[in-house]
Amino acid sequence: MGILNKILTAFRGGATEVGQSIVDANSTRIFEQEIRDAEKHLTKAKRELTDVMAKEMQASREIDRLKRAIAEHEGYATQALEKGNETLALEVAEKIAQLDQELAEQQSANDSFSAHAIRLKELVRKTERQLADYQRQLSMVKTTESVQKATATITDSFASSNSKLLNAKDSLERIKARQQQFDDRLKASETLAEENSDKSLQSKLAEAGIGEQKSNANAVLERLKARK
Amino acid sequence: MNIHQIANHLNDLGDNSHTGFQFDCYPIDGDVEVLQVNIVGREEIPLFVSVTENQVLCISYLWGEDEVKPERRSQMFETMLELNIPMPLSSFAKIDDKYVVYGALSVNSSMKEIEQELSVLSDNCLEVIDELSEFLN
Repeated sequence: MGILNKILTAFRGGATEVGQSIVDANSTRIFEQEIRDAEKHLTKAKRELTDVMAKEMQASREIDRLKRAIAEHEGYATQALEKGNETLALEVAEKIAQLDQELAEQQSANDSFSAHAIRLKELVRKTERQLADYQRQLSMVKTTESVQKATATITDSFASSNSKLLNAKDSLERIKARQQQFDDRLKASETLAEENSDKSLQSKLAEAGIGEQKSNANAVLERLKARK
Repeated sequence: MNIHQIANHLNDLGDNSHTGFQFDCYPIDGDVEVLQVNIVGREEIPLFVSVTENQVLCISYLWGEDEVKPERRSQMFETMLELNIPMPLSSFAKIDDKYVVYGALSVNSSMKEIEQELSVLSDNCLEVIDELSEFLN
């Protein structure tokens, strides 16, 4: 957690003035160098691992071959004994002893390659973890720096444009008032549109002689006549 | 990914945004490139976008330390911590003496995701000011 601590110390130490870098460029460079070194180690370890694993496979192939040869020669020796040819059997047995010796050597080489491969795999994992951690820390430093510079940029821009960031409540009130105004206007225009469409329907109905009819002079006259 | 690509995308959206907002953005000159994003109708509370090596940062300023009622400060902190997880996509933070809400995206995000991030950030910002105004002068 070294880097978090550095960042916090820098904040609390008052290194927050506009333009002042939170973590000096030098430590960023050291970090980047460490990352490059770790990457180099990683590449080397991976190359070595490939090499050792290839040798391991080679040795294990050789072991298989020797085991097959031993089994084969054991068969020959048995057959020679069955045929009573002791001399030949002894000759084969000598060959088997030689193969046994070779097998033991290959086995020990193989074991040593396997152990080496395990060590290298562990080293690769460790280096990868370390690299990821360095990268995370560097990203924290860079982000802090970038946010600080961005803040300076924003602050400068407001200062130069003579506009001030309003306080939060006032800003919200203005936005709400504008939204309200917009909503009211929308509602008013909706009402108006509704009224208009109502009116046009009414007039169409009237033209068709449907619904409430406007009283006219003739109708009044008719009504008066009917009362008599 | 840089702020100019984001600016071009948002400015070209016009009425065709996925979020129903209209955006108006322009880059601010400085040490680090920052994009000021205004949402039409919400110009008082702009959003700021900067692109670093591995993330896109979207920030909106809430209020300054001087706007906080000193006696309610620790209650405000607690409320912020409580709201931090429920608040979608954004988190609380403090830069210098200003409280902010911000969202961080991968530099591999799509423009649609950035647009969504900004619209949610703006909504969150307005809602937070509304809800937490009791802590402010």
